[in-house]
Amino acid sequence: MNTAEQYLKAIYLVQQVENGPAATGRLADSLDVSPASANEMIGKLEERGLADHEKYKGVTLTDEGIERARDSLQTYCIIERFLVEVLGVEDFRTEASQLESVIDETVAERLDTIIDREPQCPDCFAPDEDVCALLDPDGGAAD
Amino acid sequence: MSVSQPVASDHQLARLLQIGMVLEEVVEARAHQHYRSVSADLDTEIEALLEHAAEESADHRDRLAALIDDLDAERIPFEQIEPLVADHYDRDRDTDGVLYDQLCNEETAYKFYDDLIAAIEASSASFGIDREHLVETLSAIREEEADGAEEVTRLMEARE
Repeated sequence: MNTAEQYLKAIYLVQQVENGPAATGRLADSLDVSPASANEMIGKLEERGLADHEKYKGVTLTDEGIERARDSLQTYCIIERFLVEVLGVEDFRTEASQLESVIDETVAERLDTIIDREPQCPDCFAPDEDVCALLDPDGGAAD
Repeated sequence: MSVSQPVASDHQLARLLQIGMVLEEVVEARAHQHYRSVSADLDTEIEALLEHAAEESADHRDRLAALIDDLDAERIPFEQIEPLVADHYDRDRDTDGVLYDQLCNEETAYKFYDDLIAAIEASSASFGIDREHLVETLSAIREEEADGAEEVTRLMEARE
């Protein structure tokens, strides 16, 4: 997943938690980047019609942005679930975050052929816990 | 969460190589499943393609396993992945579906190795294995995946 897709996913999740626009500072924190970097990428997403930014309020995804963000979140869910179910990784959240920039959507689709993902994915993702609410973290193979 | 960080440690590298190993095992196991599920309808060309795909994936798996060994990490045994593939395998598949699935396998593997090589090349980390050997091995596997995709495409076009 590329950098723009990681931003879209992060905005989508912050918007869910905040139940409104995602403040730039909050977004920068969640991505561990500087507010300047976050602003730069938000500008690019706006130019591509994927997000709207309102000064002093924050950023809101457009319908197309939401669709792309949900695809990215689904890829992330597949990576987390694969790490737990197939590789038995305990620290799967940290590793999924590290891997998401290298694992493409098409690669995730192949990994998806050997895991048990729920049909409502990614709606079952719990942003506060950074994990699918239906995933049993102890339900995997030995690491 | 962090944004677009390259491969930064032996641990991350080993994990990605393990994922590559699983992808190869999925290809190999699916090729076996295809053969079992539609063997009556297979012509010799598709049969040969599936056999070659399984052999090539086994070879790629061995080359990745050697790198994983050098990093003192654990291999992911084929015996662990094969039943997972079998459990999730959709048996309702004709020969065109088999070829399409095989094309997806080759293209997905190519994309994975391409992204992995780019991430390694963008990383300034020093690894516990020789970087040149690592990139050479992954590049050679990537080229074989590209050749495989071309072969499947040629076969699909010939059947149209």
